[in-house]
Amino acid sequence: MSIVLSNISKNFGDFSALHDIDLEIPEGELVALLGPSGCGKTTLLRIIAGLEQTDKGQILLNGEDKTQHHVSQRGIGFVFQHYALFRHMTVFDNVAFGMRVKDKKVRPNETEIAKKTHALLELVQLDWLHNRFPDQLSGGQRQRIALARALAVEPSVLLLDEPFGALDASVRKDLRQWLRNLHHELNVTSIFVTHDQEEAMEVASQVVVLNKGRIEQQGSPADIYDYPANAFVSKFIGQTNEFQLSHFSTDWFEKVGLPISEEITKDSIAHVRPHDIEITKTTNDTPVTLKDWQHLGALIRIELTKILPNGNPKAVFAEMPNEQFKRLQLNRGDKVDLKIRHAHWFH
Amino acid sequence: MSAAISRTVHQSTLDDANWVRWSLITIALGFIILFLCVPLALVIIQAFAKGFDAYLSALSQPDMQAAMRLTLLTALITVPLNTVFGVAAAWAITRFEFRGKNLLITLIDLPFSVSPVISGLIFVLLFGTQGWMGEWFLEHDIKVIFAVPGIVLATLFITFPFVARQLIPLMQEMGSEEEEAALSLGSSGWRMFFLITLPNIKWALLYGVLLCNARAMGEFGAVSVVSGHIRSLTNTLPLHVEVSYNEYDSVSAFAGASILAGLAVVTLILKTFLEWKQKNERATASL
Repeated sequence: MSIVLSNISKNFGDFSALHDIDLEIPEGELVALLGPSGCGKTTLLRIIAGLEQTDKGQILLNGEDKTQHHVSQRGIGFVFQHYALFRHMTVFDNVAFGMRVKDKKVRPNETEIAKKTHALLELVQLDWLHNRFPDQLSGGQRQRIALARALAVEPSVLLLDEPFGALDASVRKDLRQWLRNLHHELNVTSIFVTHDQEEAMEVASQVVVLNKGRIEQQGSPADIYDYPANAFVSKFIGQTNEFQLSHFSTDWFEKVGLPISEEITKDSIAHVRPHDIEITKTTNDTPVTLKDWQHLGALIRIELTKILPNGNPKAVFAEMPNEQFKRLQLNRGDKVDLKIRHAHWFH
Repeated sequence: MSAAISRTVHQSTLDDANWVRWSLITIALGFIILFLCVPLALVIIQAFAKGFDAYLSALSQPDMQAAMRLTLLTALITVPLNTVFGVAAAWAITRFEFRGKNLLITLIDLPFSVSPVISGLIFVLLFGTQGWMGEWFLEHDIKVIFAVPGIVLATLFITFPFVARQLIPLMQEMGSEEEEAALSLGSSGWRMFFLITLPNIKWALLYGVLLCNARAMGEFGAVSVVSGHIRSLTNTLPLHVEVSYNEYDSVSAFAGASILAGLAVVTLILKTFLEWKQKNERATASL
């Protein structure tokens, strides 16, 4: 089901949590709402769910205006960050809850409910736990049960609030992959909130970057990484080195391979990803010094120091494959040349 | 883990001063025996001073029976009302944001901070013949003060914080996520309350109801002011005890007192059970 938000705004007292949000999500997408904490992403998710009321604007689910609908009438499935499993019910009763509270007219009978509940528990690979209570499960298991419970009402939209936020790093990795596969299988339009850009890039088919209650950019993970719309997105998605034109000489930019075009002004800043910086051994007395490096598996992360014309040192980070770095045979304190392959200019 | 550590630390520091531990225990126990057990025993002894038959006949006196009935009636009216009120107030305070919330919390505690006698006097001032609304009630031939309605009103006022006070901290700690989850799964508000909220708060609610009931049956000060001590009509059990004692009918007074003491003991046992239940449930929930 498609989701269209137009002009959504929300204030909490004097604090403006969301400001004129317009967003279109086509059917079947798995969308990440990504942003730093306090950017309004959870509020936006809760407004779509109906757990929070918008001050103005409209929410269309599949073309139907649902702005005034109560949360129970929106046909959404909501997965809470801390699972919110019913602690006094077994896993089975938790998953069956949504079917059991249906109106008598549309409520399936107990046999059908049991059949479907077991099917859902099998889908999340936890049917063997159906007799347990939530407090007897691990975090990852609870999260999967919460997902099965939300899916039991056959929601047209699945909303997940920081679904991996409270989990161990290794469990998180597994669950990400699993959620992605599950989405492929079910193809239900899903939105999840996260503050972890790596998670958004890995799981989502579309990423919406939010900051201070506004949408900064929406696009595929590759688009957002390769063509950040502004400095905030560029800095938030992955690491960047910032080179402000006024801090360097124009000659230096020319030398490292960044020609200065006409629209670039004194205040322009070049954002350069660490892997877009190439380093080569030099015999010249260039003031770029190799300070240190760390192994990140296949990549080496290199820390360089560049002395600015005003005498202050500036840290520059570069990344290159392990093998390539070894071939350069560099030591701490060596002088190196920089080559910048690609940069985004923000003015 | 940290509790275990702190316990061993405490023990080792106290081991050095064993006599401190034993003297504190002795003082506490001695105090309890002197001020709680001895009076309780005296009540029983006095009640049976003239034999078991005298005790039974004192209990079956019409005045005594009327006092018991009135006490039960008062509790039957006030406890359910204050249960509903307490749940509603706790709900409003823990689930909604509104102006004047802190004022409401303070007001709920008001009966705890005002002397019961003053509370009774307020009702006399409001509903008595000389009071603000006295004339209107007189014209409509409704008797509030020196009648059963006054006793019920005063008891209602005195006992109204008990349920809310028990529920507010628990519901605050629980948060509303489970309730929101129920709603998102299509549950109506009432279903959510009965299927999700109530099972989670039931032990605390029962605990509050128990305390509310004990106070409703045992309240003396406020009820004494509004009752007028009319035998067989407006004497609750505690008032009947006082009246009998003043008339040197000690068997009757202590027989009545023994009923109240029995109520207190039952309340204590139930209270311990509910506390244990609550602790158990919270311990498993926090695993």
